[in-house]
Amino acid sequence: MYSDKVMDHFTNPRNVGEVPDADGVGTVGNPACGDIMKLTIKVEGGVIKDVKFKTFGCGAAIATSSMVTELVKGKSLEEAEKISNATVAEALDGLPPVKMHCSNLAADALHSAIEDYKRRVAG
Amino acid sequence: MKKIYMDHNATTPVHPEVFEEMLPFLKDEWGNPSSIHWAARAPRKAIDDAREKVCAFLNCSPVEVIFTSCGSESDNLAIKGVALAKKSKGNHIITTRVEHPAVLNTCKYLEKEGFDVTYLDVDSEGLLSLDRLREAITPKTILITIMYVNNETGVIFPIGDIGKIAKERDITFHTDAVQAAGKLPLDVKSLNCDLLSISGHKLYAPKGVGALYAKRGVRLVPLIHGGHHERNRRGGTENVAGIAGLGRAVEVAARDMEKENERLKKLRDRLHKGLVERVPHVKLNGHPEKRVANTLNISFEFVEGESLLLNLDMLGVAASSGSACTSGSLEPSHVLLALGLTPEVSHGSVRFSMGKSNTEEDIDYILEKMPPIVERMRSMSPLWDEAAKKGGAIAFEKKSC
Repeated sequence: MYSDKVMDHFTNPRNVGEVPDADGVGTVGNPACGDIMKLTIKVEGGVIKDVKFKTFGCGAAIATSSMVTELVKGKSLEEAEKISNATVAEALDGLPPVKMHCSNLAADALHSAIEDYKRRVAG
Repeated sequence: MKKIYMDHNATTPVHPEVFEEMLPFLKDEWGNPSSIHWAARAPRKAIDDAREKVCAFLNCSPVEVIFTSCGSESDNLAIKGVALAKKSKGNHIITTRVEHPAVLNTCKYLEKEGFDVTYLDVDSEGLLSLDRLREAITPKTILITIMYVNNETGVIFPIGDIGKIAKERDITFHTDAVQAAGKLPLDVKSLNCDLLSISGHKLYAPKGVGALYAKRGVRLVPLIHGGHHERNRRGGTENVAGIAGLGRAVEVAARDMEKENERLKKLRDRLHKGLVERVPHVKLNGHPEKRVANTLNISFEFVEGESLLLNLDMLGVAASSGSACTSGSLEPSHVLLALGLTPEVSHGSVRFSMGKSNTEEDIDYILEKMPPIVERMRSMSPLWDEAAKKGGAIAFEKKSC
């Protein structure tokens, strides 16, 4: 039911873990629904230098988390903000329809981490 | 690749003896069993013979067996059939929160049609309180429908005792015995039931055939109106090959059950013990004793079930999960929630259901492969981090998905 890309990212997830001394942390999802994602980012000069994830969830949740880290590493914050859940799903050659809503939260976690970063800078 | 099938509560392969029994009716004996001529004779005889075999299996008489297309149809026919036939006498139905969707959703449908349904709770081990059942009965109660064996946990309900309560109050009693068939004796007289559903493909017959026992005198409004088939209770030309297969399957089940149960229990307990020894934070779901021999439902805390199943599948192991992600819905297993598991622990459940093909080597293989899978998934899980820090599970605000 999953694409080869999803299975690849599920089997060999990229950037698992937590960035030490993260500049922004984003946690989204609800374990009751079976998905929770935590994304940590390191920002230098407006660019996402490093990004890592930890996810409790199904195959789609893990693959989307892994994919979003690949998509944003080295990107500017502006570019990263444009990445949507749909972009992530597309980059994985699509997700099964039932997964589009429940497990496709990785971009939300990213945006939440960027917001956290901006709050910290402003604060 | 190694292939280990541990999902026998979902479906079973067709037994070679069953396959042989069916073959003539897929080839040369294709006649309509209702016809008068030569082509009908062998198919008619096959149905009669199969009915005799099912009667021997259930300890009932031939007029009390209705062949259907599946377990769900048997459940629907029993519940809707009785509800409609008895609606002038009352509109109250009693069931449990842990039934198969074929029963639960049929009851929910009847609620929309004006029936009242009581869904009995179970305790943390999945057991029912018979006192609660007695208290739930009202003068309007027309039907009690309670499963014999739970499909997810394997927990056994005391059907004979429930049937006795129903009998004392003159209430029709149906049991969904789909998961019990082939695993426990099904004597309808000692079970005190008026109706009992079974399904072919759970006991090594093919998909597309089931049966409903309906005690003589129990009135049923048919679901499928049609010809005179099944004594006017189920229209439609009979699935001759499927019915012949079911007849053979119940014979084989009765013959092999005791030995097979003994063997499966050993395998199941070995798997359980091995997992507990090798993986921390695992929890058995369902009563440890009052359970059929083949089922192990176990939660691996802090990880999600579908991701475990995908990993197992890649290693050739077929199992299932109470995780929402495998059911096409967002909510985790209603059965595990009814046992009082938190949603996140329900999401991390895996059901291993064993059967004829399983061996000790299968168990050893899973015991070797499972711990690193759980460890890897936990190393990626933010819940595991939190739990490690705090030394226990974390509380999340309760909201629906």
